[in-house]
Amino acid sequence: MSSEHHEELRGFHGIHRGFPWSHVVGLVVSLVLTFAALWLVQAHAMPHGLLLAVILVLAVLQIVVQLFFFMHFLESYGPRYHVTSLALAFVFTVCIIAGSLWIMTFGGEQTY
Amino acid sequence: MHLPGYVNNVATPFFVTGDPMIYASDVLIVLTLVAIVFVLTYFKKWGWLWREWITTVDHKKIGIMYLIAALLMLFRGGVDAMLMRTQLALPNMRFLEAEHYDQIFTTHGTIMILFMAMPFIFAMFNIAVPLQIGARDVAFPYLNAISFWLFFFGALLLNLSFVIGGSPDGGWTSYPPLTEWPTDPGPGENFYLLALQISGIGSMATGINFLVTILKMRAPGMTLMRMPMFCWSVVGASILIIFSFPALTVALALLMIDRLFGAHFFTMLQGGNPMMYVNLFWVWGHPEVYIVVLPAFGIFSEVVATFSRKRLFGYASMVASIMAIAVISYLVWLHHFFTMGAGPGVNSFFAISTMSVGIPTGVKVFNWLFTMYQGRIRLKLPMLWAIGFIPNFAIGGATGVMLAVAPGDYQYHNSYFLIAHFHQVLIGGVVYGMLAGMYYWWPKMFGIILNERIGRWAFWVFNIGFYVCFLPQYELGFMGMTRRIYVYPAGMGWTALNLISTIGAYLMGIAFVLIVWQVLYSIRFPERDVTGDPWDGRTLEWSLPSPAPHYNFARIPTVTARDAWWAEKEARRRGEDVQKELRPLEPIHMPNNSGRPFILSVCFFIGGFGLVFEWYWLAILGGLGVMLCLLLRSLETNTDHYIPVEEIRRTEAALGRL
Repeated sequence: MSSEHHEELRGFHGIHRGFPWSHVVGLVVSLVLTFAALWLVQAHAMPHGLLLAVILVLAVLQIVVQLFFFMHFLESYGPRYHVTSLALAFVFTVCIIAGSLWIMTFGGEQTY
Repeated sequence: MHLPGYVNNVATPFFVTGDPMIYASDVLIVLTLVAIVFVLTYFKKWGWLWREWITTVDHKKIGIMYLIAALLMLFRGGVDAMLMRTQLALPNMRFLEAEHYDQIFTTHGTIMILFMAMPFIFAMFNIAVPLQIGARDVAFPYLNAISFWLFFFGALLLNLSFVIGGSPDGGWTSYPPLTEWPTDPGPGENFYLLALQISGIGSMATGINFLVTILKMRAPGMTLMRMPMFCWSVVGASILIIFSFPALTVALALLMIDRLFGAHFFTMLQGGNPMMYVNLFWVWGHPEVYIVVLPAFGIFSEVVATFSRKRLFGYASMVASIMAIAVISYLVWLHHFFTMGAGPGVNSFFAISTMSVGIPTGVKVFNWLFTMYQGRIRLKLPMLWAIGFIPNFAIGGATGVMLAVAPGDYQYHNSYFLIAHFHQVLIGGVVYGMLAGMYYWWPKMFGIILNERIGRWAFWVFNIGFYVCFLPQYELGFMGMTRRIYVYPAGMGWTALNLISTIGAYLMGIAFVLIVWQVLYSIRFPERDVTGDPWDGRTLEWSLPSPAPHYNFARIPTVTARDAWWAEKEARRRGEDVQKELRPLEPIHMPNNSGRPFILSVCFFIGGFGLVFEWYWLAILGGLGVMLCLLLRSLETNTDHYIPVEEIRRTEAALGRL
């Protein structure tokens, strides 16, 4: 690692001196979102279709929490690689979730 | 057998008993351990082992440890393979019992993919990537050590199941509902789940580590399109690791919750759906195939260019095809379970997307051929394996497209045709690639060149053995022999082909012994690499002495062209003065060694072992240890040091580089 490069990283860490409140907030919010989803399902809190939609929304919120509180989404040095990787992640996520839903309905034989 | 699960669990003996082969292994394990302890104590090497290896964060040493582990696991998985082939050599064999056979094919698959192929590619990542991009270590050296030790203890946990508690026996895919507790009680499947989970954390970290290393730590002037092709393949593999391993983590965790805590994610009743496990497993499982094969492609690209003395043909199309393979690999996973019956629309989509993988792969094969075309080819060992790979992969690719035809797949599915196909691509692609890489970078790792003559014997015996073993299996598949059967009657017409296949398997076993002999012989009678550039290489790792000093580059090179080292050598041949811009040495910033990655991984191992046997006090104890290690690291401030200029000058002078 070149020395200039490391100085840069050290400056990068310098921003975060002090108690890592954002991490604590992120942890609490992600736990709340997880348990909310669990409770909704366990309690049969709403009709089937609506339940599915709400869980999906909670899942998306969970992704946002992870990106902002843990993955330092807004910080960057040099080329904006994280925009590319986020676009790629979006493609993969859509492929996997849409693909799984499509596969697991077995041509309409099974409903979820 | 009719006892409820929990009684059966209590009745399961801690040590596996009853089979003479297991007792023999017990004795061998104890003897080996005693021998290791004796040698380390007798030669007073405990301190050396701790300081130089266990606590190291040096990517080169971590790479060597990965390599040793991968070769040991290749041995273990290979012995499993030969036991299976012995059992299948003749009809009605009584060499292995059914249950023992089930365990062996399960551990063979699991070990070969996760504990042989994965560490082998990580060995190559570690050995080559920082040197090729002109960096002094990876982006996160401490995390790199954690990755290795998590892999190590994951592998240890799985291998332990052989003598303690009993091996998993649900196949390497471990499909529920078979692997749910009521149908598969005992610790065996738990070993599988926990071992994969622990080593999976390490794999994930490695993926992140190398992606960041390549994106952020390239030498000045090395743009992405000037990188060596191996680094591009590592980018592809790392992206796949990052996005696919979470699916495996989820699948394994849910199955573990089913088994240990009585949930119903994948049961047949109470709203569970075992098909979801199959789906999630292959969301990881298919990209995993490309995770292990892309680095092999990268190695072939390096080897073919070097030993043809030509620059790689079609660099940009190579990059494009790596990225295309990476993206398409997320669109094909269903082809592993066409027969699950997802319907004609789904099957058609995944069949076509699967066939389309053949396009970028074909581009790569032609690029290698065109690189060789009119090149000055030297058939050294790495090149031999690279050339051996091409016909292999052509056959494997063609049979792969056959399997991609969904209606056809209903015939080939779970037959020996499938077995032959994936061994053709995984051995012909990954193992050939990793062996090529091992021979290629061995001088860089150890400063000696492996003996050529014995290596040639090993190559030819392996290559011939490979075809003798697997070509008959295609035919056996057509004749109706299904995978995972442990015995078959006479009179099926399978006998001759099975016997031939077994002979091939033994030939590959002999080749492995030859490789071991080659290594030992080369250590005894070393051919030293004093130039640092034994192959007349093209990329930056060959500009360093062999083995490279622990800080790699005394001065970070400035890159002006693709194949940076070749360009510099060309400039020298033209008589240009490349010394003119020699900057003064500066102190080098390096990470400190740490024993904590090892201790952290021991805690993971203890926790995992506790969960396997449902000894929750032990699992909690291990978990607390993990937490403590993480906390201590968070509070650590003294993590790095500077190497003074004087020490660098001394090291460089001793290497004759000043």
